Amino acid sequence: MDAVNLTIDGLSVEVPRGSTILDAASKLGIDIPTLCHHPDLAVKAVCRVCVVEVEGQRVLQPACAYPVAEGMQVKTNTARVREARKTVVELMLAHHPQDCLQCERNQNCELQSLAYRLGVREISFPYIERDLPIDELSPAMKRDPNKCINCRRCVSVCHDIQGVGALESVNRGFDTVVTAPFWRSIAEISCVTCGQCVLVCPVGAITERDDTEQVWAALANPQKHVIVQTAPAIRVSIGEELGLPVGTRVTKKLTAALRRLGFDRVFDTDFSADLTIWEEGNELLHRLSTGGTLPMLTSCSPGWIKYIEHYYPELLDHLSTCKSPQQMFGALAKTYYAEKAGLDPADIVMVSIMPCTAKKFEAGRPEMSDSGYADVDVVLTTRELGRMLREAGIDFSGLPEEEYDEPLGISTGAGAIFGASGGVMEAALRTVYELVTGKELENVNFEDVRGLEGIKSATVSLPIPEAAAAGDKATNNGVSELEVKVAVAHSLQHAKTLMEQIRAGKAEYQFIEVMCCPGGCIGGGGQPIPTNTEERTLRIKAIYEEDAGMPLRKSHDNPAVKTLYKEYLGKPLGEKSHQLLHTHYEPREKF
Amino acid sequence: MEFFRSHVLVCSGANCSLKGSRGVRTAFVEEINAQGLDKEIKVIETGCFGLCEEGPVVVVYPEAVHYCRVDPQDAKEIVREHLAKGRVVKRLLFKGDMELPGVQTWQQMDFYSRQKRVVLRNCGLIDPDNIDEYIARNGYEALGKALSAGPDKVIEVVKKSGLRGRGGAGFPTGLKWDFTSQAPGEQKYLVCNADEGEPGTFKDRLILEGDPHSVIEGMAIAAFAIGASQGYIYFRGEYRLSIDRLRNAIEQAREYGLLGKGILGSGFDFDIDIRVGAGAYVCGEETALLNSMEGKRGEPRYKPPYPASVGLWGKPTCVNNVETLANIAPIILEGAEWYVNIGPKGCPGTKVFTLTGNINNAGLIEVPMGITLREIIYDIGGGIPNGRSFKMAQTGGTSGGCLPEALLDVPMDIDSLEAAGSALGSGALMIMDDTHCIIDVVRCLLQFFCHESCGQCTPCREGTRRLYELIDKIARMEAVEEDVSLIKRLARTMEDASLCGLGQTAPFPILTTMRFFPEEYKAHIEEGICPAGVCNARSHIA
Amino acid sequence: MAIPKEQLDSVKERVIQIVSQNGAKEEALLQILHDIQADDNSLSEAELLQVARALDIPLSRVYGVATFYSLYSVQPRGKFIIRICESAPCHIVGARAVISAFEEALGIKMGETTTDGKFTLEATSCLGVCGVAPAVMINDEVYGNLTPDKVVEVLAEYDADEA
Repeated sequence: MDAVNLTIDGLSVEVPRGSTILDAASKLGIDIPTLCHHPDLAVKAVCRVCVVEVEGQRVLQPACAYPVAEGMQVKTNTARVREARKTVVELMLAHHPQDCLQCERNQNCELQSLAYRLGVREISFPYIERDLPIDELSPAMKRDPNKCINCRRCVSVCHDIQGVGALESVNRGFDTVVTAPFWRSIAEISCVTCGQCVLVCPVGAITERDDTEQVWAALANPQKHVIVQTAPAIRVSIGEELGLPVGTRVTKKLTAALRRLGFDRVFDTDFSADLTIWEEGNELLHRLSTGGTLPMLTSCSPGWIKYIEHYYPELLDHLSTCKSPQQMFGALAKTYYAEKAGLDPADIVMVSIMPCTAKKFEAGRPEMSDSGYADVDVVLTTRELGRMLREAGIDFSGLPEEEYDEPLGISTGAGAIFGASGGVMEAALRTVYELVTGKELENVNFEDVRGLEGIKSATVSLPIPEAAAAGDKATNNGVSELEVKVAVAHSLQHAKTLMEQIRAGKAEYQFIEVMCCPGGCIGGGGQPIPTNTEERTLRIKAIYEEDAGMPLRKSHDNPAVKTLYKEYLGKPLGEKSHQLLHTHYEPREKF
Repeated sequence: MEFFRSHVLVCSGANCSLKGSRGVRTAFVEEINAQGLDKEIKVIETGCFGLCEEGPVVVVYPEAVHYCRVDPQDAKEIVREHLAKGRVVKRLLFKGDMELPGVQTWQQMDFYSRQKRVVLRNCGLIDPDNIDEYIARNGYEALGKALSAGPDKVIEVVKKSGLRGRGGAGFPTGLKWDFTSQAPGEQKYLVCNADEGEPGTFKDRLILEGDPHSVIEGMAIAAFAIGASQGYIYFRGEYRLSIDRLRNAIEQAREYGLLGKGILGSGFDFDIDIRVGAGAYVCGEETALLNSMEGKRGEPRYKPPYPASVGLWGKPTCVNNVETLANIAPIILEGAEWYVNIGPKGCPGTKVFTLTGNINNAGLIEVPMGITLREIIYDIGGGIPNGRSFKMAQTGGTSGGCLPEALLDVPMDIDSLEAAGSALGSGALMIMDDTHCIIDVVRCLLQFFCHESCGQCTPCREGTRRLYELIDKIARMEAVEEDVSLIKRLARTMEDASLCGLGQTAPFPILTTMRFFPEEYKAHIEEGICPAGVCNARSHIA
Repeated sequence: MAIPKEQLDSVKERVIQIVSQNGAKEEALLQILHDIQADDNSLSEAELLQVARALDIPLSRVYGVATFYSLYSVQPRGKFIIRICESAPCHIVGARAVISAFEEALGIKMGETTTDGKFTLEATSCLGVCGVAPAVMINDEVYGNLTPDKVVEVLAEYDADEA
C-alpha cells in the first residue's frame, strides 16, 4: 500500500495516499464537523465548516478536500479553528429562517446539530430574511429556498448521480441560492421527483410533500374503509426511522403498528409485486416469441418512468406496459377486493406506504384510475409514516408481531426483493426460468444482479424442452437453449448509459431493470435521512434476509395470485389484466 | 519603401480614444493632405503612451515633441506650425514643462524619464496593427531564440530571471512553467489571463491594445516551454468590443508563420483563440477563469489540484497574466542576468502601474520594482492636484492595503509591500486627497466585494455582505465599540476560511485602514463625527 | 407545458443559428449568450431553453450561468443600458454625483428601467478607463470625465433616438 504518515493533533496516523485530512482524522477518532461534505457525492469544499490548521499553510484548509502528505502536521482543535467554524455557522444562521421548532427537519437537521455542537449561543449578525417563493406545486416535494444554505449537495445528486439537472445554483454573492431555472416550480420542469435531493439536503430546504393530514382525516371518517399497502422496502427501513438500528427487519411490527393507527385492512405491495412478475414475465416471453420491441425495460419505478418520458421519449416502446406494483394494487383494491368484500369502491381509501416521493406523482397520473376511481388515494413516505406513528404515541418496539391481512397480504420472497436494485430482475428470472423450462429452479439466488455496482449484467441459459424448441438454436443432446441477456441499472446516470446504448443499437440485452434511485427502493427519496451507501448496504442485506426467510420464493407460487387469476383476471396479459394492470406512457418535453 | 521626413503618432489607447483621439487623427490627415504634405508626413495610430490624464496625446518625430490635450483644431495648428514651418506649438506641451526654457522631448519629461519600459517598450512607438513594426523592433527574435534553445533552457532562463507573476499573486513564473511542463499528459494548455477586473487597473488592456505581439510572442514562448499546442486569451467581457485589434494581430502572426503549424520552420505547433468573459471580477482568479472558459459559472475551484496538473478540461494548464507574458521576450533576448539586475533581489524586473484618483498625471507607467511610492506619486505622477494634500494610497487594487503618508517611502515591490501590510497586486495605485473620508471609501470598496463574491463559500458569500453592513453602520454613526471586535473576528474568519483570494483579501481595506487611520474610526464611532464631512446618516446603497 | 410552443418556436431559428456559429459546445456558452442578448439586452426563458437543447445541457446550467455574470440579464431591460462605474477610482472623483444626475434625469433608481423601456441604469465594476474617471458605458459606447452637467449632454445624444 502506498501509505502516508501524518500527525493530527499530536497523534500519528498512517493512511493511503490520496486520503483527505477528514479521512485520516476519522481513523484517529477525531470527528471533524462537516456540512457540505457528503460521503456519496463529489467534494465541494464550500461550506468551510471543516477547516483545520495545516502547518506551512497561510490560511485554514478544508479537511474534506485537503489531501494528506507525508509528515504533514494538522491541528483540528485550536482557538483559531474553533473561532472560524463558529463564525461560519453564525453567518449561515443569520441568513436562515430561525423557525427550527416548526421545521420538518427539527432534530434531524445538520445545521442545527452543528450549531449545538459548536456551542453557538448567539448570532452576532442581524437576521436577513430572503423572502423567496416556496414551491408547493409538486405533488411529490416541497422546496423552501429560504432555508437553502448553498451546500449544493442537491445540485450534485441531481446532476451527477441522476443526470437530470433540475436544480442549480443561481445568482451570485449574497443572493446565491439553489433553485430551478427561472424560478419555475419543479412541477413544471423535467424534474423526475425522485427525491434524492430531499435525502441529501442537510436542512429543511427540500422535503416531501406532507400528506399525513389526508390520512388522519380518512382514518377518522367512519364512512371510509381505509386500506393500506406497504412497499417491500418499508419493512427494512421504518424501524430505522423510529430509532432502531439500520437494516432492522420489522415486517410484523409494521403491520401491528398500522392496525393501531386504525387502518381497516393491512395489505402488502409484495403481493402485487408477485403479480407484476406474472404479467411482466409473460410480457417478456411474448415479446421474445413474437419479435416485440427489445430490450424490454421494467416499469416499476415512477421516477424512472418520468425520466424516460422526458429524456428518451423515442424509447418508450421498450417499456413494459405493466403498471407498477403500487398501481396494480390500487386498481385491484377498488375492483377485485371491493367486490370480494362487498364494498362500494367509492368508500375505499387506498393508502400506500412507499419509500418514494415519485410514487406520489405516479398516484396522481390521470391514467392511473382504471378502476373508475383513483387507484391510489394517498401515498406516504417512510418518513411520513414515522411521523404519524410518533404522533400517535405508538411504542413501535413494544408492539406484538402480526401478520398481513388476507388475501392481498400474501406474498413470496420474490416480491420482497423488489425493494433492492436487481430484485425485479431476479424475481422475473426465477419465474421465467420455470415458465420456459418447465423445470424447478434449484438455486433461486441470482447473485450477479445483486449489489451496488452501477450497471450489472448476466446471461441466463434456459434449457428448453424439445417440443418448444423449434426455431431456437440446437445444442447438445437435442435440447435447445434460450439465452437471455439481462442488465440492471440503478440511479439515472447509469440508466442513461444503457439508454444511449439502446439508442445506438448497441444494447445486446433482452431485458433491463431500471430503478431510479441508487440501490433501488431501499434508497428511495422517501426513506429515512440519512440514506447513504452505508445505510443502503445494510437495508439491502435485510431485504435479502427477508427473502431467504420466506417459505415461498417465487412469484408464480403465490397462492393468492393464483386465486386472483382463477377468480377474477383469467390469465396473464388477458383482457382484464390489460384493463386494470397495464398502462401507457406519454412523451414529455425536456424543460 | 516609402520615406517620410516626419511621423505623427496619435495615441489610440482606450483613454485617449474616449477623449477624441480618432477625431484628432482625422484632423491631422485632412490638414496634411490640405497642405500637400502627405508624401512627407505619416500619421500613425499607436497604443497608450501612459499619460492618460493629459490625453489625447500626440508625439511628433523625429523631434519627439510630446503634445497634450490635442483637439482637432490643435491638430491643424500643429500641422501648419510645427510640421510645415518647424515651430513647436508651445501651448500644447505638457503643462509641467511650461516654465522650462526650450522644448523637451518626451523622453526628457519627468513622467517618462523616470520610467523603465520593458513591457511597454513599444507602446506608443509602433502601430500595433502592423506586425512589421513590431518585427522591426526585434519582434519575434526571442521566439526564434527560444525554439533553438529548447524548452528546458527556456524554463531555466525564466526561472533564473526571477520573474514573478504580474497578475497579483506573484508566483514565480519559471516554476509555474516547470510544473506544467512536468505534469503528465499529452494535451496541455496555455491561458493568457486578460480578465483585468481589478478596479483601477487597465494595464493589460493598454498592453494588448498598444503592443499585442509582445503578448502573442510571450505566449508562443511559454507554450513552447510547457509543451502546449493550444493557447487562449481570456478577455474581460467589458472589453469585448476592443478585441478586434487583438484578432487582427493573431491573424497577422498566423500569416507570418509565427502561429500555427511548424512555427518558424520548427516542429512546434501553436495557435491562439480568444475567449470573452461576461462580467465577473472573480474570473481573474485562475481556476474561476478556467470554469468560465468551459462555459460554466465562474466559480473558483478548490486547490489542490492546481491547474498545472488539472486545469482546463482537466488537462495541465498554465495561466499567466498579460504583463507577465509581455516580459518574456525581453528576458529571452537580453538574458536572465540583465533582468535580475533591474529592481530588488527577490522581486526583479519592472512593474506597470496604473495611477488613478487624485493625482495629476493619472495614467499608465512602468518603473523598476522597488521604486518608492513617494517617487511614483510626486516625481512621476506630478503630485496631488488642486493644492490638496495626500491622505491615502491604495496599492494592489480593491483588495489592497490603504497606506498613510508615513508609509510613502515604502519600496514598491511584492515583498516590501507585503511587509508594510499591503500588496502590490495587479499594480493598481489609487491616490486619495484629504477631502475624502476613509470610511466612505472603504464602504465603496466593500460594496464592490458584495457585488463580486461568487457566492460559493460561506465566509465570502455571507461575510462580504456583513462586512459591508458593519462599515455602513459606522458611516451612519450608529456603530458601537463591539462592532469593532466583530469586524475583526469576521475579517479573521474571511481571511482564514474563504475558498479563494477574493474572500481572503476582501477584509484588507478595512483592516489596513483600522490600523493606519484609527482616528477616523474613532471619530465616527465615538464622537459621531466624519472629519472629512462626507458621511451622514444615510446608507448609500441598501 | 411550462413555455408556450409558439414562444419556443419563434426564437428557435435565431438561437440555432447563433449556436452553430459559435459551435455547439458548452465552452461556447458565454459567447452564445452575448450574441443572443445582442438584440434586446436580455435573455428570455424560451431563448435559454433553446440554447440548452441545442447544447444538450440542462436548462438549469444555462440559467445558472446567465444569472452569474453581470453583463447578462434574464429580466427585460431597456434599449440602452447605462452602466455606471461604482468602483473606488471613479467613486473618489465624483461617481456618486454622476449616479444621482442619471437617476434624476431619468426619474429611475439604479437597477430600474424607464417606463418607456428606453434606459436601464446599472452599476458596473471598473470599465478599465480610469484615466477618464468617472466613466459610464451606454450599451457599447464609453463616456469619460463625467460631471452632472455632462450627464445631461450625454443623454441628449439619445434624445433623437426613438425608443
